[in-house]
Amino acid sequence: MGRITLEGVTKSFDDTKVIHGADLEIEDGKFVVFVGPSGCGKTTLLRLIAGLEDVSGGRILIDGKDVTRLAPAKRGLSMVFQSYALYPHMSVRRNIAFGLKMARMPKDEIERRVAHAAGILNLTDYLDRRPGQLSGGQRQRVAIGRAIVREPKGFLFDEPLSNLDAALRVQMRLEVTRLQKQLKTTAVYVTHDQVEAMTMADQIVVLQAGRIEQVGTPLELYQRPANVFVAGFIGSPRMNLFEGPVAKRNGATTLGVRPEHLRVQPGEAVAPAGCEAWGGTVIQAEHLGSDTFVYVDVPGIGTLDARCTGELRVQVGDTVTLLPDMYQLHRFDAQQLAMA
Amino acid sequence: MATQQTQKLARILIAPSIILLLLWMIVPLAMTAWFSALNYNLLNSVTSFAGLGNYRYFLSNPAFLSSLLNTLVLVGAVLAISAFFGVLIALLLDQVIVGRRVVRLMLIAPFFVMPTVSALIWKNLLMNPVSGLLAWLWRLFGLAPVDWFTQVPMLSIILIVAWQWLPFAVLILLTALQSLDQEQQEAALMDGAGPFDRFFHLTLPHLARPLSIVILIETIFLLTVFAEIYVTTGGGPGVETTNLAYLIYSQALLQYDVGAASAGGLIAVVLANIAAIFLMRIVGKNLET
Repeated sequence: MGRITLEGVTKSFDDTKVIHGADLEIEDGKFVVFVGPSGCGKTTLLRLIAGLEDVSGGRILIDGKDVTRLAPAKRGLSMVFQSYALYPHMSVRRNIAFGLKMARMPKDEIERRVAHAAGILNLTDYLDRRPGQLSGGQRQRVAIGRAIVREPKGFLFDEPLSNLDAALRVQMRLEVTRLQKQLKTTAVYVTHDQVEAMTMADQIVVLQAGRIEQVGTPLELYQRPANVFVAGFIGSPRMNLFEGPVAKRNGATTLGVRPEHLRVQPGEAVAPAGCEAWGGTVIQAEHLGSDTFVYVDVPGIGTLDARCTGELRVQVGDTVTLLPDMYQLHRFDAQQLAMA
Repeated sequence: MATQQTQKLARILIAPSIILLLLWMIVPLAMTAWFSALNYNLLNSVTSFAGLGNYRYFLSNPAFLSSLLNTLVLVGAVLAISAFFGVLIALLLDQVIVGRRVVRLMLIAPFFVMPTVSALIWKNLLMNPVSGLLAWLWRLFGLAPVDWFTQVPMLSIILIVAWQWLPFAVLILLTALQSLDQEQQEAALMDGAGPFDRFFHLTLPHLARPLSIVILIETIFLLTVFAEIYVTTGGGPGVETTNLAYLIYSQALLQYDVGAASAGGLIAVVLANIAAIFLMRIVGKNLET
């Protein structure tokens, strides 16, 4: 079991408030990702759950039990750090076993668990090496091994893949997700990379400036962003957001449309009844082969990014018309909140 | 890159300084070796060849063995004190306390005091059995003041030298502590390690390398401690605080026997090298990555 509940958790460093009352329910066995720009408080929130920082207000419950004042080790959570934080002078075996040894577990049980974890993580051949002799991916796996042998109620990941190269990151992303599904242990994962968030999460928590902006499944966030910030943050390339007369015409203060919901038609075109048509000039076209991203300067709106098939041949300076999918427009009010 | 030409040029350019350094070392050493083979007394203008006589004389001097022992005791005790208390004080200074910078500066200050001056301060202001601060402190508790340099001469010397060298150890260890990875400590915290477990399993291994450096460097300097002894006890009472360096000094400048002193100097060089080899064997492996 590993249900983590946050009730009005706040955190201040001296006079600066960094977490403004977070309420969150993390269900058992779920993979939850905290995502947001740097400085949004996602790592702080994770450290509060871990117990590495004291909360300034509110409560943290694990399985209904108040752990707000409990020492980190007593909360039954284990953590994977960004720098891996392996003990440099201990072998991989001793690194993984350290937590169990501290818990005064019998030797043969430690041995069994370490062997099991090493088997899962493909570390069996490296057990007698030091961390310094391992590659980045292997170190990452040792850090994960150290987390899983304790059979915790939940894993906490603090940007664990940010020190790996791109190819390895994709591979480890898969491995971590698969491992979590296999162990069915609750996981809280912090990242600034929204691709990681979208691909790994059962549930995404979007944070900005110490506030939880929205909680939901990846697709919910993508399809129904609750406000302008989430709309702009989730999705790559990012959603086109603009204000002005066109937005007003559609009954919103801010109008948003994703690049893939803009159809590009060469030349000038007239809008069909009840639809929008925005004419403009191509200022940049990125041909990726499979897709083409076209940046169009539309008078009265600004620059819009449209995604179309790779077959479309447009060049800088061409006049095109953008036809938005009227059912996929995102309307936001003056408070930047999504309108029903 | 390093072509043959640039290598040759580099050698030529480096050569003068290397040669100078070599002469700087070799000439005094060669002169010492030459003097050690002579009957050479400053009170006697006639010198004559002595062969190994000076060595036989110096080694068979009963003061030699006790000075060797004194040297070892002094070096060992000061090393032990500066390693043990160095770690302890460095740990304390690493904590976030008010006025930490001032405290650090003050703690490191003794290292900048000249050995002669610090020995004089200890002798006249602190350890003087009549007017010293320690004597006053003893009397405050109704105890009879200790006559430090008579009753416990070696301990007194050890205290003075340790007082000078402790800041060095603290300085090096503190720097090392500050490079200790905070996430490692937190990981250990999550693993349920208490303060003692964290110290013995993480901090101490992290300090192994700086400790080796402290021990190596201090040994080099402690083998030749002289000013502190000269100023305070003058090697006495008897030869209780005479170390090898002081014995050589007394041989040369109190008994004017340059020949025997030179022989003693060369013996000291050999012994220091033996000590260095052992040290490198024991602590040197910590210095390899």
